[in-house]
Amino acid sequence: MIVDAIKNGIVIDHITAGHAMELYSILELDKLDCTVAVLINVPSKKKGKKDIIKVDTLLDVDFDVLGYVDPNITVSIIKDSKVEKKLEMKLPSTVTNVIKCKNPRCITSTEQELDHIFKLTNAEKKIYRCVYCESKAK
Amino acid sequence: MRSLIDIKDLSIEEIDELIVKANDIIENPKKYVHACDGLKLATLFFEPSTRTRLSFEAAMYELGGNVLGFSEAQSSSAAKGESVSDTVKTVSCYADIIAMRHPKEGAPLVASRKASVPIINAGDGGHNHPTQTLTDLLTIHREKGRFNNLTIGFCGDLKFGRTVHSLIEAMSRYQNIKVVLISPVELKLPSYIKHDVLRAHNIEYVQTTNLEDVMPTLDILYMTRVQRERFFNEDDYVRLKDSYILTPEKLVNAKEDLCIMHPLPRVNEISTEIDSDSRACYFKQVLNGKFIRMALILKLLGVE
Repeated sequence: MIVDAIKNGIVIDHITAGHAMELYSILELDKLDCTVAVLINVPSKKKGKKDIIKVDTLLDVDFDVLGYVDPNITVSIIKDSKVEKKLEMKLPSTVTNVIKCKNPRCITSTEQELDHIFKLTNAEKKIYRCVYCESKAK
Repeated sequence: MRSLIDIKDLSIEEIDELIVKANDIIENPKKYVHACDGLKLATLFFEPSTRTRLSFEAAMYELGGNVLGFSEAQSSSAAKGESVSDTVKTVSCYADIIAMRHPKEGAPLVASRKASVPIINAGDGGHNHPTQTLTDLLTIHREKGRFNNLTIGFCGDLKFGRTVHSLIEAMSRYQNIKVVLISPVELKLPSYIKHDVLRAHNIEYVQTTNLEDVMPTLDILYMTRVQRERFFNEDDYVRLKDSYILTPEKLVNAKEDLCIMHPLPRVNEISTEIDSDSRACYFKQVLNGKFIRMALILKLLGVE
């Protein structure tokens, strides 16, 4: 399958196979006007198969979100058909409004205007806890 | 401007400073009777807690300050649907420091980010209660003269008991601490505390369901109440509430200098016969609570 190269945009590569649509939804790519290619189960030497998302515009991506969803992701920024920058994601120390706190006793359950902020408390096990009630992200 | 939301907000050195200050207040009360003249503490209690509220109020009065506030959400603007943020922004205009108790976990943290005066967390649901932990630390220090080289038994509700979680966290920062966890299987210490606190600090710990077996090893026995409000199911509460009751018979093999603590209120988990035992420290804890809160108020207000 051939997908056109992009001139100015971003390529989100090395997404764990099957997770592209989750990212598509979190990054709200459905709201874009430009061309977006979602490639699923692309053969990969390293991982067997992977997903890729190509966005034909220089989108301002929240890298913390990408790192949280899949720290193995790489993001290439394409300018004038050349890779200007290649970024490797990592688990962010905090994520804001990506995960919702589900603890009914948490203050976020009643005060709707509060941001849902989670901080990384155990990188090895990828455990994030709500900054308000310290409940584990589910 | 600083607040106290979580006991982890304080370094070991700051805790030591508070202990020194509290001891000085105990020994020289007259020195402090005008320390907070003209200053006001607001006690915002969105859920009732007579003991904690009175302790804060007594602390402020003994420092020469004044107190305003409310003792339940129904008598506050929260009943009209006002947010915590708006309430504390408003109260910041009237008071110099706020002690807040709230049923929702994290509410005092939200308050501390919005208020223009220091916030003291006076308990947020089943989450944190740092002034109780400071009270416990002052009691341990006054009774034992040290924080290192102690074997501490925690008995009762170790699952929901926030005072237990906070004290374990606070004590884990000291040297050669051994922890004995005594509880019914249903109320065991949550595994994340074992992992994130005990194992992370290489604290030796044992878990048991039998209090008498471990009694001779303990320097401190921290009893807790099985709290009705922490259960979703009344049947579970009724089945477990009498699991661990401390009686004189159970103390037969205890050390002579054992320190028996309890955050209070007790229901029946410590027999009243033990109240006259010299090892019973739980009413001393209540008094220590007032002194450590006095020390904390002075620190957060920057009053020497």
